[in-house]
Amino acid sequence: MQEFFSMGGYAAYVWPSYALFLLVLFGNLGTALYQSRQIRRAIQQQGRENPL
Amino acid sequence: MWLWFHRLGSPPSFYPFAGRLAAILAVPGLVLLLHGLYGGLWLAPADYQQGEGYRIIFVHVPAAWLSLFGYSAMAVAAVIALIWRMKVAEVFITEAAVLGAGFTAVALVTGMLWGKPMWGTYWVWDARLTSELILLFLYLGILALNSALEDERQAARACSLLALVGAVNVPIVHYSVEWWNTLHQGPTVTKFDAPAIDWRMLFPLLEIALASTLLSAAIVLLRMRNALLWRDRHSRWVQHMLRES
Repeated sequence: MQEFFSMGGYAAYVWPSYALFLLVLFGNLGTALYQSRQIRRAIQQQGRENPL
Repeated sequence: MWLWFHRLGSPPSFYPFAGRLAAILAVPGLVLLLHGLYGGLWLAPADYQQGEGYRIIFVHVPAAWLSLFGYSAMAVAAVIALIWRMKVAEVFITEAAVLGAGFTAVALVTGMLWGKPMWGTYWVWDARLTSELILLFLYLGILALNSALEDERQAARACSLLALVGAVNVPIVHYSVEWWNTLHQGPTVTKFDAPAIDWRMLFPLLEIALASTLLSAAIVLLRMRNALLWRDRHSRWVQHMLRES
């Protein structure tokens, strides 16, 4: 296991690369889902303040 | 076919469709990503020259692929947006640009992290690296242009034009390693007759590339939904949908 994490001495290059890739992928997924909730809530709020 | 195309071009029918499609794409995307990461980090053997350091390829190549594929898709959307003034295509350009800029940055940074131990330097002004950097500036330019123009339709038109003009850079990035003598290595995967790579390395690479494409498509669909909802917030279909729920 130790050997796996050390990546043959390249740990300082390999793991940050994977971390960045996954951060961008899942950060964007999380943001998209979060914004969806926020936008729906904001529109519903406006609807309550100004009924049709 | 044309009827279907027209119907999906209208936000009220695109919105629920995009939500379902995003879920359908994201689930296999996640499974494939996990399996690909396992294959790339665990099952694939070490490289005979680069040892374990080469494993950066499993995130570097998918990020670089997405940076080019994303821009190509935006250029196609730009044509549709300019000719038919389709709102859905207009929204696609700016929403895909967010993700495209992110993956272009990932491709550049992971490339630098690979270059340092293997080439001895983070950066050289070689044709592949320079043209990929220009790609990042094109993405950022489209995003800046979009937020600089007040009128949404006018901004979309300007972004479409920039996306289309910038598309000339896509083949330059792709063929740079063949047209010029670059420090960056030549094509490894696209030589499909005989890929210059062991299948235990190639398979997880293709898996992660496909997985991140599926997940990115899902993310762009979700972002498009958000953008359309906000754009049309005063319209009847949005008010209708959100009051019923």
